[in-house]
Amino acid sequence: MSIDRPSGDVVLSVRDLEVSFATRRGRADVVRGLDYDLRRGETLALVGESGSGKSVSTMALTKLIPIPPGRVTGTAMLDGQDLIAMSERDLLAVRGRRIGFVFQDPMTSLNPVHPIGRQLTEGMRHHLGISESDARDRAVDLLRKVGIPAAEKRLDDYPHQFSGGMRQRVVIAIGLSCDPQVLIADEATTALDVTTQAQIIELVNQLQDELGMAVIWITHDLGVVAGIADRVMVMYAGEIVEEADVDELFADPRHPYTVGLLKSLPVLGAFDRDELAAIPGLPPAPTDLPAGCAFHPRCAYRDDERCVSERPPLREVGGDAGSGHRIRSFYEVAEDDRRAAATAGIAAPEHREEDAS
Amino acid sequence: MARYVALRIGQSLLALLGVSIIVFALMHLVPGDPVRSALGTRFTPELYAALVERAGLDRPILVQYFDWLGRAVTGDLGVSFRTGQPVALALGQRVGPTALLAFGALIVGLLIALPAGIVSAVKQGKAPDYAANTFSQIGVSLPDFWFGILLILVFARMLGWLPPGGYASFADDPAAALRYLLLPAVTAGVVTGAILTRFVRSSMLEALNAEHVRLARAKGLPWRYVLRHHVLRNAWIPIITVTGLQLGTLLGGIIVVEIVFSWPGIGRLALDAVQTRDYPVLQGAVLLVAAVFLLLNLLVDLVYARLDPRIRVGAST
Amino acid sequence: MSDPRVHQADAELEAPSTRHQSQWRATVSALLANRLAVFGLVMLTALVLTALFADLLIRQPINAQNLADRFAPPSSQYWFGTDDLGRDVFSRVVVGARVSLQVGVVSVGISLVAGTLIGLWAGYRGGWIDTVWMRAMDVLFAFPVILLAIALVAVLGPSLRNTMIAVGIVFTPIFARVVRGSVLSVREELHVRAVRSLGASDRRIILRHVLPNVAAPIIVQASLSLAFAILTEAALSYIGVGVQPPDPAWGYMLSDAQRFQRQGWWLSVFPGAAIFLSVMAFNLLGDGLRDALDPKQRSVIESRGVE
Repeated sequence: MSIDRPSGDVVLSVRDLEVSFATRRGRADVVRGLDYDLRRGETLALVGESGSGKSVSTMALTKLIPIPPGRVTGTAMLDGQDLIAMSERDLLAVRGRRIGFVFQDPMTSLNPVHPIGRQLTEGMRHHLGISESDARDRAVDLLRKVGIPAAEKRLDDYPHQFSGGMRQRVVIAIGLSCDPQVLIADEATTALDVTTQAQIIELVNQLQDELGMAVIWITHDLGVVAGIADRVMVMYAGEIVEEADVDELFADPRHPYTVGLLKSLPVLGAFDRDELAAIPGLPPAPTDLPAGCAFHPRCAYRDDERCVSERPPLREVGGDAGSGHRIRSFYEVAEDDRRAAATAGIAAPEHREEDAS
Repeated sequence: MARYVALRIGQSLLALLGVSIIVFALMHLVPGDPVRSALGTRFTPELYAALVERAGLDRPILVQYFDWLGRAVTGDLGVSFRTGQPVALALGQRVGPTALLAFGALIVGLLIALPAGIVSAVKQGKAPDYAANTFSQIGVSLPDFWFGILLILVFARMLGWLPPGGYASFADDPAAALRYLLLPAVTAGVVTGAILTRFVRSSMLEALNAEHVRLARAKGLPWRYVLRHHVLRNAWIPIITVTGLQLGTLLGGIIVVEIVFSWPGIGRLALDAVQTRDYPVLQGAVLLVAAVFLLLNLLVDLVYARLDPRIRVGAST
Repeated sequence: MSDPRVHQADAELEAPSTRHQSQWRATVSALLANRLAVFGLVMLTALVLTALFADLLIRQPINAQNLADRFAPPSSQYWFGTDDLGRDVFSRVVVGARVSLQVGVVSVGISLVAGTLIGLWAGYRGGWIDTVWMRAMDVLFAFPVILLAIALVAVLGPSLRNTMIAVGIVFTPIFARVVRGSVLSVREELHVRAVRSLGASDRRIILRHVLPNVAAPIIVQASLSLAFAILTEAALSYIGVGVQPPDPAWGYMLSDAQRFQRQGWWLSVFPGAAIFLSVMAFNLLGDGLRDALDPKQRSVIESRGVE
């Protein structure tokens, strides 16, 4: 919690966010004590394997998870208002209006039985209280903005009449439709081919410059991160294990897990569990977390009893004080390994095309 | 779309042709002389000769078939062996009551299945879900005629609230017509409702768990709006399809229910025809029901195509 | 056929018998874990035992009339009461189980054998044979089951035997479709294509490779069809075109009961409950079998909904 950077332009401030689910096998702690600040115009990447809690942590912000069995605690201040304490009614005015969402699969995120124009305008009409024809005008502008040709002619087309990439552009247009302060993109390019993926990333970058919103970009693909993020948070077992500016993370990773991820990158790019050659073992189940550091059973740097019994705090590392480079580990990765991983990380973006999933 | 419609209509006509062959063949499989056995004690050589001639039974079988088919297409289904009345006329008098009962049963079935299926899907795994599942499990195993007999026992014989059977036309006396309709419609409707409940539930579950529902929620739309426009709007396409198909199955069940409640419909007519060996009437009834069945299936497919834009508006990708 | 390579390939490509055994065991344990299926199985066992030992269970000869005791309500002497002729309803219901099961088993046997043969033939041969058979099955599907059965009985004449034949014909298309669908998918499986390329005869392929693979859907369908067959027989007997007296069919008893509802409610209740429970037993077992053997198949309710 030792963030001492200027906070004047902080849009979203999350403190001690915890999400758990009541399951048949006991309580599953899916997100455990998340702290971060998101600034205007910034792109924050949340990176981690599936099940690391990155997606749930953002869905929980506006309670888009089933409650119960889910439970959310902590604070998430959006413009001085705590989202976690808000009623469902007040949250309706946040979702889609102040926080926009883009989901992974453009083939299923759109309702097949409604024309895309209607799916674009329904949120605007609800939040902005504008007329149908104004909403349609806005929709045409938005579709143009996201690069859909002949936009006005396509409003009454159905999702199945668009290609996957075009559909994802529509979904992005929906996310942007009410000028949100924050856009949450959950694996927004994962389902797309490499060329389309690059186009979408370029599009989001450009729109962000234009509109000045903050973006939380959730991905399991470090290669994508290099192309889009300002800052990166690596998540493991529901915690942030490392946070740094994007260049710093790729140049000077400190947490054993991040190093493992980066090392696996040039060969694999996307790190599916069984392809994670650099890190032995599997992530723990959220119902059955190990004591001490959650990563210790897989950690090559595990040293003494502390790792097994005591949960490491998130602490500042690196040369410049106030750089915001934090890790959750008692020990840092040795210099040599860091350098090896950094080389791999730098090489990564160029290898994307071969190994994109 | 036009091609699809043409294809489906073609298929239905082909099936109808097959149906006509079977219906025609049935009468010719009857052992012995159908006319003679139908006449029974009323037998006179003149009457016999007239009926044989009228039915064309003295000519080669293929000629007979095409003759019969040609006349059937124009609505001439022959005359009853019993009454000498044209079969088409006899059927015409019975269509109304059967359609009324089918409609009533469908309403009852939907009144049960829509709320039960929707609530059970929205409350999946909770008490209302178990209740709906138990109901549908019992409903599909329930013999409709037994259920009808029990209803008569309780509501007509013991409580005396409703007549144990019979029919009144809505045109003559709407109140009486409704009283006669209630028990048979509930009988056929409960079994239909049990079957439909399961379908409504599974369609709803599929629609509820769709990714586009998550996105609709993320747009900040109120839950009632999402339920209506992104869940129900999607779920009712398969629900309508199954309901339409169910209407065909319902016709089968109604034949028996008509007999339980002495309801003067097609089923009752067909059974009377069996018992009096009035083969032209039986033939006509079977042909009519099968044709309606095929027509309903065709309509359901066309309605489905109309409702689902993925079929209505051809894919461009 | 005598090519030794075929036998060898057969041996290698076929699932070893131990695997079959463990699959069988897995199916049984999955079935026993399903409370509803076990409930169905217990009811079914009771039904079969009742039918087998009916002669020992009955308390009076089924057609013994006792006019002094007409319409006697249920009592310790007449468990289910007596009917208009003073006959013991309990005894008649017990013997009715035999009639019901007999019609169910024989008619489903007919449709199973006929449907399987048609399905195998059409699916395995494909081409015009397939087209003709499947169109013919479509035509049979165009009739409501009960109406087709009524028409068939009308032609054949009402009797126990003809009821079984009619119900058997009515259910044949269901089996033909199920089997054909399975054959089409099995035919393209690697091991079947392999033994075929080695020159195994059609007969051998069908017997050793195709049939074992379509067994599961056939078993499930048989159980569900038994439920429908019992229901159909009861309906036919009720409306008077099925089993004829003096055989005490449940459906026929209900038709009598309706005439004497004023005199005795028990007449309407017990034979119907017997039909209901028998149908439910087969339905629950069929649903359980389907879940245990192939979770992807449709439930009884769904398959009945589009029959």
